[in-house]
Amino acid sequence: MPLKRIDKTPMPERDAGLRAHDFQEVNEGYDFSRAEFEAERCLRCQDPVCIEGCPVSIPIPDFIHAIAAGDMPGAAMILRLANPLPAICGRVCPQETQCEQLCHLGTRFIPVAIGYLERFVADWERDQPLGQAPALPQRSEKVAVIGSGPAGLVCAGELARLGHPVTIFEGLHATGGVLRYGIPEFRLPKEILDWEIGLLERLGIEIVCNIIIGKTITLDELFDKMGYSAVFIGTGAGLPKFLGIPGENLNGVYSANEFLTRINLMHADQFPEADTPMKIGKRVAVIGAGNTAMDTVRTALRIGAEEGIIVYRRSKNEMTARIEEHHHAVEEGVEFKWLTNPIEILGDENGWVTGLKCMKMELGEPDESGRARPVPINGSEFVIPVDVVVLSIGNNPNPLLVKTTAGLETNKKGCLVVEENTAETSRRRVYAGGDAVTGAATVILAAGAGKSAAQAIHKDLSQTVRPTSISSQPV
Amino acid sequence: MARILQKRPLTPVTKLFRVEAPLVAAAAKPGQFVIVRVREGGERIPLTIADYDRDDGTLTIVVQEVGVTTRYLGALEVGDDILDLVGPLGMALEIPAEGHIVGIGGGFGAAALLCLMRELSAQGERTTIIIGAREKNLLILIDELAGVCDDLELCTDDGSAGFKGFVTGRLAQLIDGDGPGRPDSVVAIGPMPMMRAVAETTRGAEIPSLVSLDPLMIDGTGMCGGCRVTINNEVKFACVDGPFFDAHQVDFEEAMRRNKMYVEQEQESQDRAACRSTATEPA
Repeated sequence: MPLKRIDKTPMPERDAGLRAHDFQEVNEGYDFSRAEFEAERCLRCQDPVCIEGCPVSIPIPDFIHAIAAGDMPGAAMILRLANPLPAICGRVCPQETQCEQLCHLGTRFIPVAIGYLERFVADWERDQPLGQAPALPQRSEKVAVIGSGPAGLVCAGELARLGHPVTIFEGLHATGGVLRYGIPEFRLPKEILDWEIGLLERLGIEIVCNIIIGKTITLDELFDKMGYSAVFIGTGAGLPKFLGIPGENLNGVYSANEFLTRINLMHADQFPEADTPMKIGKRVAVIGAGNTAMDTVRTALRIGAEEGIIVYRRSKNEMTARIEEHHHAVEEGVEFKWLTNPIEILGDENGWVTGLKCMKMELGEPDESGRARPVPINGSEFVIPVDVVVLSIGNNPNPLLVKTTAGLETNKKGCLVVEENTAETSRRRVYAGGDAVTGAATVILAAGAGKSAAQAIHKDLSQTVRPTSISSQPV
Repeated sequence: MARILQKRPLTPVTKLFRVEAPLVAAAAKPGQFVIVRVREGGERIPLTIADYDRDDGTLTIVVQEVGVTTRYLGALEVGDDILDLVGPLGMALEIPAEGHIVGIGGGFGAAALLCLMRELSAQGERTTIIIGAREKNLLILIDELAGVCDDLELCTDDGSAGFKGFVTGRLAQLIDGDGPGRPDSVVAIGPMPMMRAVAETTRGAEIPSLVSLDPLMIDGTGMCGGCRVTINNEVKFACVDGPFFDAHQVDFEEAMRRNKMYVEQEQESQDRAACRSTATEPA
C-alpha cells in the first residue's frame, strides 16, 4: 500500500496580496503528482456513499481510481458521461456539503478532495486535442430549452446525447446565465465556461441569444408555431431582493446582480475601454454573507476598493457562504461585521451614499430556518462610513415567463411547481428545473435538475406516440 | 443582430432607423421598448419602439445622440447590423380612461407616439398629439404624426411654429377647453423635466396621466434592479413593471437623480469616442 496522508493535498493558491487586485483565478489547480497522491487517499469503499451526495451521481471512486492508475482519458470519460460541466463544477460546487461530507475518510480524518480532483481531470481534458464529435442517435422530437444557465446547459447536453434536436433560447446577448453574469472570473474563468459551452455545441445544440421567451416568442408559440415537442424552463432566480430600508435608491446602491453583471457581463472594470460605467467605491459595504456576497466584496477589492466590508445580521456560524470562499475573503483583507443589521443607507445632498447605519444584534432563540434569530440591541446604532452599498440578500424567481403564460402553477414564493419524479410543470410537456423551481440554490443542483428533467423528457417523448399536433392546453 | 434597412436624419442629432427584426415586430405592442448593444464591449441601452410593421417584419426606432452608445448607433448606415437587439420589453400601454386621449411628445420622444396614437385612433378614441421643440426645425415626424391622430398641435419655444411656449402651456389651454378640448387621459413621453411638468399640469385638473420612464437599464428583464423607480412610495422596476406609470405618483426627483448617476463617466466615454473617430479620419 502506498503511503496515505490523513489530510487533503493542499490546493496551490495565488498569493492573497497579489490576487486581491486582479481577476486571475485564485486556485491554481493540482499538478499530476498532487492529483495522483490525493487519488491514492481514496479508500475504495465497498459502499461509495460519496456518490449519494452528488446531485448528478458521478461514479466518484471510478474516476478517482482511473487517476490513480494514470488512466486520464478513462477518468475524463467517466466524469463527462455523468456531468456535462466538470470543469465548472470542479470549481464552484460546495463539495464540503455534498460528496466530501459523506466520504468515509472524513469520519476520522479529512475527506478526499473530490472537487479538486474533478477539476484536475476536467483541466487535463481541456489540454487534449478534441477528438471527433461523438456519433449520436437521431430523434425527430425537437426540444426547446429556456435559459443557458447551468440547468439549461446540462438539460440541453443530455437531450442532445439522447438524440433530440435542441435549441437553447437565451435572453441576454451572451450565454451561460449566472455562470457568466454572476460568478466572477477569479473563481470561474470565462475561458473555461466558453470551452464547456463549446463542447455542448459540438453535440449539435443550437443556442440563440437575444430571445426572451414570454416576450419575443411566447411559450405557446414554441409548440404551435415552431414545432417543439417539449420545453424545459431553466430561467433561474434572477429577481433581486431589497431590504426596504430608507436610502436604498440612493446613487451608489446596487443589488449584487447589478454590481456583478456590470463587471462580469459588461466589463465595467475596463471602463472607458468598455462603455458600461459604474461607481468604483473606496469603502464598499456588502450586505449578506452567502457566496454571492463573498464574490461581490472580493470583486469590489479587485476593481479598486480600499476596504471591503461584509455586513451580516447573524453570526459567522450562520453564514451561508462556502468555507473556502470565506477563507479566501479573509485572506484578501475583507472585513467582517457580524451581528450587524443595516437599518438605513445615508446619503449626501446630491444623493450619493455616505454611510450605512446599523444596529448591533445578539442571538436569540432559533427561528423557522433553525438558525438562531438575531435580536436588535437597543441603543446600539452606529454608522459605517461607505460610498457604495451592495445588497446581496438573495433573489426571487423571475416572474416574466409566468406572467405571460397561461397555466403555469407557482408556489407562494413564485417558484414553478413541478412533479417530483418528472420535473413536469402544471403544463403538459413543459418541464422546469434549477433556481426557477427551488429558488436560489447551487450550480450543481441546477445541473442535476437539468439532467434528470432531460431523461424524463426523453422517456415521455419516447413512450408516447407523437400526436399530429401537440396540445398546448394545460392538463 | 438587426440589419438597418433605412436611415433618415430627423435633426442634426436625431436619426430614424428602420431595422429588420421580424420576431420583435410580430410581438411588439405600443409603448414597449427594445434593448440594443452596438459594439463588443458596448453598453446595453433601452430604446422605445417608435413603430413596427408586422407584414414586412421591421421596427422603427428613433435615436438622439446624447451618449456614447447613441453616437455609435447614429454612425451606423443602411446595410450595417445592430450587434444585439432584444425585445419587445416592458408592458404595453393601457390608457387609464377612454375618450379624448392627448399624447405629448417632447424632443425625440415624439417618435414614440407614432404607433401608440395610431393604435388608440384605430380603437376609436379621439386623439390629439402635442409635440414641442426649441424651434421649428427640431420638430420631428410632423407629417407622420398628423396621419395617426385627429389633431396635431405644434409648440416651439421661439414661436417659429405653432404655439409659442412649452407643450405644457398648450396642454393647459386644452384643459381650459381651447382647441381640441379637455383630455380624458394624457400620455407623455420625453425628457424627464417635461414629463414632470405634464404631471404638474394635469394634477390639479385631475386628469389621469401616464408617463413613460426611461431609467438606466442593463438586462431589461428584472434581473439587475438598476431601473428601480419609486411610485407612490413603492419601489418598482421600470423594465418589467413599466415603462408607463401614473404621472402623479412618480418620484421624479429621484428618477432624475438616478439617471444622472454616471454623468461624469458618460462625458469621459464620449470624449474618448470622439477622439477615436477623429483619429481615424485624415486630417
